[in-house]
Amino acid sequence: MIKGALPAFREFGFGFIFSTDWNPTEGKESYGALPFIAGTLITSLLALAICFPLAFSTSLFIAEYFSKTKIASVLSTLVDLLAGVPSIVYGLWGFYTIRPLIAGLGYSGQGYGIFTSGLILAIMIIPYATSISNEIIAMVPNELKEAAYSLGATRLEVITNVILPNSRSGLVAGYILALGRALGETMAVTMLIGNANVIPTGFFSPGNTMASIIANQFGEAEGLKLSVLIAIGLLLFVVTAIVNAIGKMIIRKFA
Amino acid sequence: MIDANDNSKWREFKNKLFFRVVILLSGITISPIVLIVFHLLVKGYKQINFDFFTKVAPDTLQAMTAVRNGELIPGGIANGISGTLLMVLTASVMAIPVSVAIGIFLYENQGKRYTNLIRNLTDILQGVPSIVLGLIAYIWIVKGVTHGFSALAGSIALAIMMLPLIIRSTEETMKMIPVSIKEAGAALGVPYHKIILKVMIPTGASGLTTGILLSISRVIGETAPLMLTTLGSTAINLDITKPTSAVPLQIWEFYNNPNMIDLVWSSSLFLMGLVLTLNIIAKRISMKYSGNS
Repeated sequence: MIKGALPAFREFGFGFIFSTDWNPTEGKESYGALPFIAGTLITSLLALAICFPLAFSTSLFIAEYFSKTKIASVLSTLVDLLAGVPSIVYGLWGFYTIRPLIAGLGYSGQGYGIFTSGLILAIMIIPYATSISNEIIAMVPNELKEAAYSLGATRLEVITNVILPNSRSGLVAGYILALGRALGETMAVTMLIGNANVIPTGFFSPGNTMASIIANQFGEAEGLKLSVLIAIGLLLFVVTAIVNAIGKMIIRKFA
Repeated sequence: MIDANDNSKWREFKNKLFFRVVILLSGITISPIVLIVFHLLVKGYKQINFDFFTKVAPDTLQAMTAVRNGELIPGGIANGISGTLLMVLTASVMAIPVSVAIGIFLYENQGKRYTNLIRNLTDILQGVPSIVLGLIAYIWIVKGVTHGFSALAGSIALAIMMLPLIIRSTEETMKMIPVSIKEAGAALGVPYHKIILKVMIPTGASGLTTGILLSISRVIGETAPLMLTTLGSTAINLDITKPTSAVPLQIWEFYNNPNMIDLVWSSSLFLMGLVLTLNIIAKRISMKYSGNS
């Protein structure tokens, strides 16, 4: 079933794989894929960086500080709701609310760009990261924590010296999976990234990701262009699959 | 033992500070959802009326005149709603039996070699970005079968997205059913397939339903795969071999058309309301389920 897709990709992309793959050309004429790879990587990594403190704090809140209280479940439900928002709605909200804010900051003309999309992406992947880290943090045995407290450690010290080392691999896996989700996100990024086929130069400059270029150009693509888009899709698929597989492997080894 | 460098005050301070930071960041984390819902409500409620559900989307001229005159844009999103219904229904019909069957298969055959293989494939499938699935559906259906955009292609893309979710939740649900029930059926001489159909599935019904509802709520809001497969249309269309519209697609169209911007909010409000309702129903069912067993 799934394997059936690959030959189709190959058949279309193969003849043009020389001009597509890993060619550091920037002009659209030669169809280099590097700008999009760069765009995807930069936005997703940025999203992960922004998401980490937020998701980690929320997980701590839910699983440690206020574990098993009413407010923790309220918070947890709210975070789950974040995951239910369709990506296009995120794009709309980002477009009409966040973008003017960024433009107002003065860094970027209209507010498009890497930072804006990274920010929205971060919000979108927070629920995935928190749900995994919640469970991991809750799994730390109570005896370890109590032992540390009895030795006079403060809460923070228990967190840094007991919980963190214990759950490190699980947390890493969770964030890697969140990264995998961010890599493939299409709509919200498309609306906010500014659609420029260049390798982004600064934090606030526009660019394009693999997903957004497919979304933008697919309507009128044909022939060579179409094969290029499909090849980019294949690339995206491979990258996402690898990232997800790494995350799952770490979880399996850990638990 | 006297410690001249007693730094417990400093440690205590760090502790309190960290605590405050955690609270602050957690608050920031949930603020988007509150803001988004608020925003949608405020901007969207004006356009929602009876017409909203029954009329099709207006064309540009009508919308432009309405905006000029400061009136509400006429028309609604009936073509989107019917399209979404059609495609989600088709996708469900295709996906649910297959994935429930696969889920049960995985449960019954734990530990065998091909079980792990199928499970890994399912996991990979779950991680595939939606737009890539749209591409696959495009290659298979749009080019291969119908030589044109169609609702069928969209349904297939959606069905593929639903598969891993339902498979996973089915397997988990089955695992939670006490083995004694199965054994009781076998002891009474019930044939194998009847055990599955008449004993296990009814017992696990709430868990299965939760998984199905959640996967439906997930695909209702998907835009990217539909962009590549059904293209959208301006009329209510029930033929699955023709291009069809869908609510998220329409939102995208409204967004790109400067005259129809106002419709964006009401449609998004509707979409989000649908998704949230499904999620809440699914949560209720799953809570009742775990309460009972």
